[in-house]
Amino acid sequence: MSALKLAVTMLDVTTLEGADSVGKVRQMCQKAMRPLPGDPSVGPAAAVCVYPRMVKTAAKAVEGSKVKVAAVATQFPSGQMRLKERLAEVRYAVGEGADEIDMVISRGQFLQGEYRAIYDEVAACKECCGEARLKVILETGELTTYDNVRYASDMAMSAGADFIKTSTGKVPIAATLPVTLVMLQAIEDFYERTGRMVGMKPAGGISNAKLALQYLVMVREVLGPKWLDNDWFRFGASSLTNDLLMQIRKQETGRYQSGDYFSQD
Amino acid sequence: MSANDFLLGGFAPAPESTDHFEIKKSYDLFIGGKWVKAAKRFETTNPATGEVLSEVALAGKKEVNQAVKAARKAYGEVWSKLSGAERGKYLFRIARLLQERAREFAVVESMDGGKPIRESRDVDVPLAAAHFFYHAGWADKLAYAFPGAGVSPIGVVGQVIPWNFPLLMAAWKIAPALACGNTVVLKPAETTPLTALKLAELFEDAGLPAGVVNIITGAGETGKALVEHPYVDKVAFTGSTAVGKEIRRSVAGTGKKFTLELGGKAANIVFEDAAVNEAVEGIVNGIFFNQGHVCCAGSRLFVQESIADTVIKKLKKRMESLVVGNPLDKNTDVGAINSVEQLERIKELVKAGKEEGACIWQPSGGLPRKGNWFKPTLFTECAQSHRIVQEEIFGPVLVIQTFRNPQEALTKANNTPYGLSGGVWTDKGSKIFKMTAGLNAGVVWANTFNKFDPTSPFGGYKESGIGREGGLHGLSAYCNLSH
Repeated sequence: MSALKLAVTMLDVTTLEGADSVGKVRQMCQKAMRPLPGDPSVGPAAAVCVYPRMVKTAAKAVEGSKVKVAAVATQFPSGQMRLKERLAEVRYAVGEGADEIDMVISRGQFLQGEYRAIYDEVAACKECCGEARLKVILETGELTTYDNVRYASDMAMSAGADFIKTSTGKVPIAATLPVTLVMLQAIEDFYERTGRMVGMKPAGGISNAKLALQYLVMVREVLGPKWLDNDWFRFGASSLTNDLLMQIRKQETGRYQSGDYFSQD
Repeated sequence: MSANDFLLGGFAPAPESTDHFEIKKSYDLFIGGKWVKAAKRFETTNPATGEVLSEVALAGKKEVNQAVKAARKAYGEVWSKLSGAERGKYLFRIARLLQERAREFAVVESMDGGKPIRESRDVDVPLAAAHFFYHAGWADKLAYAFPGAGVSPIGVVGQVIPWNFPLLMAAWKIAPALACGNTVVLKPAETTPLTALKLAELFEDAGLPAGVVNIITGAGETGKALVEHPYVDKVAFTGSTAVGKEIRRSVAGTGKKFTLELGGKAANIVFEDAAVNEAVEGIVNGIFFNQGHVCCAGSRLFVQESIADTVIKKLKKRMESLVVGNPLDKNTDVGAINSVEQLERIKELVKAGKEEGACIWQPSGGLPRKGNWFKPTLFTECAQSHRIVQEEIFGPVLVIQTFRNPQEALTKANNTPYGLSGGVWTDKGSKIFKMTAGLNAGVVWANTFNKFDPTSPFGGYKESGIGREGGLHGLSAYCNLSH
């Protein structure tokens, strides 16, 4: 039960669709602030995650609450654009009021062996972020090997990432437990070496509470309880929220409730 | 969030239930398809609690004789006359019944032996079933297993098995013996007789003809009587090197065939180019699996000097997270030490290690008050001349040494009277081939440890034994082959 409630506070409630509108984003923000109406012990979520154009709307909607606004930027999800324009996007999102930036790395360049470019783009983004925290999406499904994931994690952290994140959610293979383990190990080793804590965000494919708990156990086992806080661990998910809520109600009442009792936002 | 018990405490208890099966108050001997009483009896206990689980019969010379005669009768009248396909049917049936009752067998194994339920459930029982399935498949194909050779059974096989993998060792021994047309008298270890007796019940359920497998319980004397019985045609033993030597003396000149699977002191060698986190998992699995009660345990760790500090640091951190306690809890990583005698043996060697100047380290967690327990332990600053490096401890105790180059690692690794298993950790393929070929051990693992499969032969060199179990090599040990 406590782990379920903890998981709710680690959610980056996400909508990243071409069809996102002001109305949709506002509804989602309400849910992030009060996941289970009438039960203040549940939530709020850590953040809402939106496209840059929706940052202002989201920031206004969550104003005064603990919920942060994260924006994907740098030509999410492909990153296939000149660095200049990608950095401009970061500056725009921060200017609109984003607390956090979720950037993508250039997987094409990584696979071409241009590792230096990856380091430089992360460092440049970090600079543009100012106060905002930077999450670096590796898109592990496109990096394909654990060796690549480990190398990209090490580079992103050295270049200043505050979080490393598995996936955009836009390619078929998103977060998996093994890939997350590799990244957690990289974070552990980086912490041992430098003393700087880096956060972890698995995203995409974590759609039920049971799987979410497996992730939490893994974080606890690899990095320890210090990381079990939404400053250092997040779930990037959209459909996970309602399953967590449903399981919380199940724990409270001993019975599963109909899906109709949980809001579809 | 500060009051969150998921952050503060350990994991909530998740004990496996024990109400879905019965352990009888007492068990007799399974001889000739019947349950036969013996004059003497002894108790078997749960090493995690000290509680008495059951009372079992102690087979004396008379009962051993009865069992061997029953096996001989079944061999001559029934089993050797059955076709391979018919024998295979029985073995398939046994394998399926074992799978159906997997949970029961796993729980009883953990209660009687002290091993974590996670291991008995995920390793012992599934592998035991796999051995029956594998050998069931060979029963009617022996002519193809050994092309060009005439294949015939040996006769009555006397089998003596240890307490560390009671059910699995029974399966390793019984399955190939029956597949090849032999009959069996099996003696489980005195501290862990229950799953073998449950297996006897399962044989009854499977309709296995009377006398094909006889299970007699007892201690060393019973085993000795079985091994020395003149009507036994082959002896198969797994256990200590000391007893193995005695058996080899006693069968000398008798014409009895024999296979011995004895002790070990395996080297687990970690190079600087290894995947370190995975190697640490492998080291933990190698030595703390089944509380280190494993003949092929990776009990000597050799780490390349350049990464020794990193590996030891990570290893200590990992050991802090090992859950030691109730074997029936699904979160438990390290269970109870099998017997008081074994616990004393471990303590004695650990004491010797400290006196010899090695540095001991143990994680901070506590141990349950009742029962037999020993903390996962590692020793650094060890030397080849230390007793803890030379002798088999058979407990959760790892001794660590460093090396500078592959040749030094090989020399030290092979500098032991044992030769059962070994492990090599490196990302470089050529190094794997060079090292594994150089290790004088029957089983070597690369970038993994303690992996078992019925298709793969298992056994040792030097004082770790003679003969192989599993695979075609293991099968051939239960046949007479004529060319």
